[in-house]
Amino acid sequence: MRPGRLSQSYQRVWPVVVVLMVLLVVWYASAVLLNTPFQRDIYQRAKLDNVSFTTLVGDTLNQERPVLPAPHQVGQEIYKTTVQKKITSKRSLVFHSWITLSTALLGFFLGTVLGVLLAVGIVHNRALDKSLMPWIIASQTIPILAIAPMIIVVLNSVGIQGLLPKAFISTYLSFFPVAVGMVKGLRSPDSSHIDLMHTYSASAWQTLWKLRLPASVPYLFTSMKIAIAISMVGAIVGELPTGAVAGLGARLLAGSYYGQTVQIWSALVMASILAASLVALVSMANRLVLDRMGMAK
Amino acid sequence: MPETDQSVSPAKPLASATVAGNECVIDAQNLSLTFETGDGPVHALSEVNLSVGAGDFVSFIGPSGCGKTTLLRVIADLEQPTDGSITVNGVSAHEARLNRAYGYVFQAASLYPWRNIARNVALPLEIMGLSRSERRERVQRNLELVNLAGFAKKFPWQLSGGMQQRASIARALAVEPALLLMDEPFGALDEIVRDHLNEQLLKLWDKTSKTVVFVTHSIPEAVFLSTRIVVMSPRPGRIIDVIDTSLPRDRDLDIRETPEFLDIAHRVREGLRQGHSYEG
Repeated sequence: MRPGRLSQSYQRVWPVVVVLMVLLVVWYASAVLLNTPFQRDIYQRAKLDNVSFTTLVGDTLNQERPVLPAPHQVGQEIYKTTVQKKITSKRSLVFHSWITLSTALLGFFLGTVLGVLLAVGIVHNRALDKSLMPWIIASQTIPILAIAPMIIVVLNSVGIQGLLPKAFISTYLSFFPVAVGMVKGLRSPDSSHIDLMHTYSASAWQTLWKLRLPASVPYLFTSMKIAIAISMVGAIVGELPTGAVAGLGARLLAGSYYGQTVQIWSALVMASILAASLVALVSMANRLVLDRMGMAK
Repeated sequence: MPETDQSVSPAKPLASATVAGNECVIDAQNLSLTFETGDGPVHALSEVNLSVGAGDFVSFIGPSGCGKTTLLRVIADLEQPTDGSITVNGVSAHEARLNRAYGYVFQAASLYPWRNIARNVALPLEIMGLSRSERRERVQRNLELVNLAGFAKKFPWQLSGGMQQRASIARALAVEPALLLMDEPFGALDEIVRDHLNEQLLKLWDKTSKTVVFVTHSIPEAVFLSTRIVVMSPRPGRIIDVIDTSLPRDRDLDIRETPEFLDIAHRVREGLRQGHSYEG
């Protein structure tokens, strides 16, 4: 490897490493601070005096049900529930992650399709533009926590069960950025690009297919990055009112029932790792597609 | 300028360009266009009479705001006149557009950034529904015509401004129109590139015997290229003078030093000045 390239990759890695270190230090410090009162209680009940500071720190970082688990506890829990458990086990975090992930992906797919269709309608029809947009915006002002149980209950009563009702909550959240971004994207071509289509007496369909859709691809990917992240949120929220059977949301709920803070945090960390990976995947697809289209920045 | 319902305005001899014997491609009668803006109406075109014969190279010249681009856009049916009539190839401008009667070259190259040069040139051909082999043949031929054959696979951003504009000319030519409408196509280019492209365009026109309508604000460019120069003036946009030039069809850049050339350039400049004092 040439030295220039090496130093370049150093430059890219360093900021990430530094931020990660700072986060870990803050996390450990907070864990010690937040877990100390309970630890002192334990010492008092056990009539232990003069506990050294190092022992105190060590103990606060290894409680069974800490207020704030230490990073290594969360790491151990994740290791235990992913690597050391069979994937089919109800106690496997991989099993629960897969449930949430598949819900989120289905919801994201439906939301993207719905968002694009709405945007195409809005751009091509003045009446739709005037009538749909206010409703689309209003839909997002309703707290998802309030409407999620309603959607589950209503869909259950008409016989739709399983993945789909939860995916619809992801769809409900993720169609919005796609619709808004795509309206902007479909309207992004220069007036000369549109005039050009007029001079060819192109049909509206041809203009959509050969001009508006390709021009909106960068907007679509930006929207999809937001949409896939909130699809994860939607999937987790959707799992809560179903009685916490399976999924990361179920792990969160069960964890809070039984005060299993380590379990809660490992589910949280897992959810954010998944969401970050999904966003990274969309970014990668974005780069690949724009590169092929000759529009890479 | 007052407008009556039956404005059979006795066209001033200056403001009317008549057919010089050959077939009439564009015919505009009492053409007016008023834009309604927040600051009141803007008279972009007022009582314009113009006819362009087949094989002519006609330039519209004038300061910005004189309506030269608007007039070109009316011919292309990209803008609707508020009064008067216009025919292109004997039918309405609208019908002519639907028949794809012309190729239009914009001020900016307006290439689609996600298409490489060959696919940009192929764009109108795809819309016309031509077969793949026909498209490939026309793309190849027209890229060769503008000396871009080696750049078919390049994306627009990989080309210089002059090359991009040449690609956009190839795209307009690929439609194989008898009429070429060009809106300041070389306005954004430096003078050396512009001279070169002017020469190429003139050769192309001479070879293909197309009719060209060309908008510019450069006097030397207009005189060098045209068989007829239409001098326009702003507020309201109107035709001040129409000059038929007697320069030979196969001219080169050296002609710009000849007395005939300078005479015509002088008359154009006078016309532009007259339009200016009219305004004051």
